[in-house]
Amino acid sequence: MKTIYSRYVWRVFSSKRVDKIGFSTKPSRCADYFKAERVRTSFCCNWHYFLSHPRRVQLASTMPFGNSHNQLKMKYSAEAEYPDLSKHNNHMAKVLTQAMYERLRGKQTPSGFTLDDVIQTGVDNPGHPFIMTVGCVAGDEETYEVFKELLDPVIEDRHGGYKPTDKHKTDLNPGNLKGGDDLDPNYVLSSRVRTGRSVRGFSLPPHCSRGERRAIEKLSVEALGALSGDLKGKYYALKNMTEAEQQQLIDDHFLFDKPVSPLLLASGMARDWPDARGIWHNDNKTFLVWVNEEDHLRVISMQKGGNMKEVFTRFCTGLTKIEELFKNKGHAFMWNEHLGYVLTCPSNLGTGLRGGVHVKLPNMSKHSKFEEILKRLRLQKRGTGGVDTAAVGGVFDISNADRLGFSEVALVQMVVDGVKLLIEMEKRLEKGQSIDDLIPAQK
Amino acid sequence: MPFGNTHNNFKLNYKNEEEFPDLTKHNNHMAKVLTKEIYAKLRDKQTPTGYTLDDVIQTGVDNPGHPFIMTVGCVAGDEESYEVFKDLFDPVICDRHGGYKATDKHKTDLNFENLKGGDDLDPNYVLSSRVRTGRSIKGYALPPHNSRGERRAVEKLSVEALNSLDGEFKGKYYPLKSMTDAEQEQLIADHFLFDKPVSPLLLAAGMARDWPDARGIWHNENKTFLVWVNEEDHLRVISMQKGGNMKEVFRRFCVGLNRIEEIFKKHNHGFMWNEHLGYVLTCPSNLGTGLRGGVHVKLPKLSEHPKFEEILTRLRLQKRGTGGVDTASVGGVFDISNADRLGSSEVEQVQCVVDGVKLMVEMEKKLEKGEAIDSLIPAQNI
Repeated sequence: MKTIYSRYVWRVFSSKRVDKIGFSTKPSRCADYFKAERVRTSFCCNWHYFLSHPRRVQLASTMPFGNSHNQLKMKYSAEAEYPDLSKHNNHMAKVLTQAMYERLRGKQTPSGFTLDDVIQTGVDNPGHPFIMTVGCVAGDEETYEVFKELLDPVIEDRHGGYKPTDKHKTDLNPGNLKGGDDLDPNYVLSSRVRTGRSVRGFSLPPHCSRGERRAIEKLSVEALGALSGDLKGKYYALKNMTEAEQQQLIDDHFLFDKPVSPLLLASGMARDWPDARGIWHNDNKTFLVWVNEEDHLRVISMQKGGNMKEVFTRFCTGLTKIEELFKNKGHAFMWNEHLGYVLTCPSNLGTGLRGGVHVKLPNMSKHSKFEEILKRLRLQKRGTGGVDTAAVGGVFDISNADRLGFSEVALVQMVVDGVKLLIEMEKRLEKGQSIDDLIPAQK
Repeated sequence: MPFGNTHNNFKLNYKNEEEFPDLTKHNNHMAKVLTKEIYAKLRDKQTPTGYTLDDVIQTGVDNPGHPFIMTVGCVAGDEESYEVFKDLFDPVICDRHGGYKATDKHKTDLNFENLKGGDDLDPNYVLSSRVRTGRSIKGYALPPHNSRGERRAVEKLSVEALNSLDGEFKGKYYPLKSMTDAEQEQLIADHFLFDKPVSPLLLAAGMARDWPDARGIWHNENKTFLVWVNEEDHLRVISMQKGGNMKEVFRRFCVGLNRIEEIFKKHNHGFMWNEHLGYVLTCPSNLGTGLRGGVHVKLPKLSEHPKFEEILTRLRLQKRGTGGVDTASVGGVFDISNADRLGSSEVEQVQCVVDGVKLMVEMEKKLEKGEAIDSLIPAQNI
């Protein structure tokens, strides 16, 4: 099989828009996680080398188990270990002081994820002058609790002031969406909604072992295999793909490739590629699931034209069915009432939802107030090649800017209403008319 | 046990087959050696600093390899890695270093006076000469595994040691993170500057973490002796100059290295060394001497001769383009260096280069005159 490295460079999750929401209440503990773990204590370290070695390692007296690598670092002062963030511009670097580092560095989650693991990607990637990256990731569900002192302010800054006490509302009832089935197909070329899901009881992509990743793949394939009707489909494992299958998936714009973004690579998500990674899609090619890429699951509903209502309906129906199937197998999705759906990157908490359209706005995009209007509509623009690409021929990818603090229905409603308005404005500008009376107040 | 490694412990919940990597499409030394049985035997072990089997092999799992170039596919995280995981490393070392057995002893010889000749390579052909090696400082984890605190301690020690050098070795340290634009330009022009690794082989092993923290370049005023701090190894030591006086390059190399080692020993941090593996470095391919001594030499005719590769092999030499490993030669100029690292001493390896290059220049001259070189071709491996 020809390698699919860099054949189809999937869009990079590097530039997230700065949207502010916050969060607060403690995420619920996952009791089944603790039950699943059996701690082995019989190691066969080479005693000779340990005893003669000048280094001494502190014992983790309060924890039932330790993390040698992290323990060794404790020999050095917090100052000696604290990263140099003087040239950094990301959310983690804005928040992490030396004092905070000192308080958190002795901690770890039950699966052994440490503070340095959380922040490594932010240390290695100082950031972009224009785009504020997040600079930290979760290795498991408990990360958001154990390291809340760091992650709470990051989340607050990233998600528009979302406080540690705030509650997030989940609404996957497509009946609650008003309109959305009549976006002008002369302007709206395609519609798409995506989100992510994490499977409770397993570590997340930055941290999971091959055994865990394969278990997630197996579970996912079984669950997806049980879908029927217009959701009936097939799984294509990345490592077994034939040339023909690969080409078809590229033509369909479905194929994802090994991440190339240093943001993702530095967090460890690409380890063991392409083991246990794959793509599932239905026969109609309108519902697609990525397994073990940046999150355990990425779920995508898409089709040509402007019927966002249909796209969203299929999205909700499919997601709900999948969640049921997972629950029947004893594995819920990671979710809590404060953070909503728990995902690898803090920027995707809440709904993890990005719903958008490819829409022709050549006149609109040249208007001096274009950026301002998008901001007020709580929307963001990207080129049609994905985040970080430029628009081609006046066609833009317009999607919701928020993730946390608004429900799925609310976010897709913003897209539907906002795009409808933008098209009206575009039509006005085509006729040489003013759009001032259409410009909205801040949502 | 007085300590554990949670992350590794957690994986033990999964069966051996579930955790064993899929190496069916791989072509590197680690993949050739690592069986399910070895994986089962080693997966619950760790070094005193917590380095595990999965850490050792991650780079080899993530980089299946090149059809023509056999990569190593495993790295050490500390000195003890080579002992704790010897069931994997010994066969890798044997395969990579020409049959070097687990019981073999390696000879270290940094006495430059033992080198015969080397001061008279024809400067019309030999453009420059260079010798490099690596050193690891005992008591610290290696670049794939060390923390920021450790890396900074290595930098601090190194800078103190280097700044105490005098005479022809008197020089200055340029940390990567506080380099001025002018300094950077100059170092690039001198061909001294190293940059954040881009090779996925190195990145997957974790060596580029926290870049450019605690990384830097030290060089003497004459710009003939250069030390890289915290790149792929704790220290990379380089001696170089224009022209063909390899003897002088090697002299400076040995003298400088020995001085540096003395200073480190005074601080109770000798270099990692043992009589089986010689100098212990991050990559198993650099064990022994860690030495690559070579020249940039013009061999336009010889390089087109059908026996060029064969001659190099018999002389125990390898060729590279002048841009470094993986580059093509430009204008018939090649980088010719020793192929061996472990099992022969520094003097022996540089002797191979000196004798071999002298012979190849003779061959080039004959080919220029249209004469045959068959009588000059060595009969077998030297």
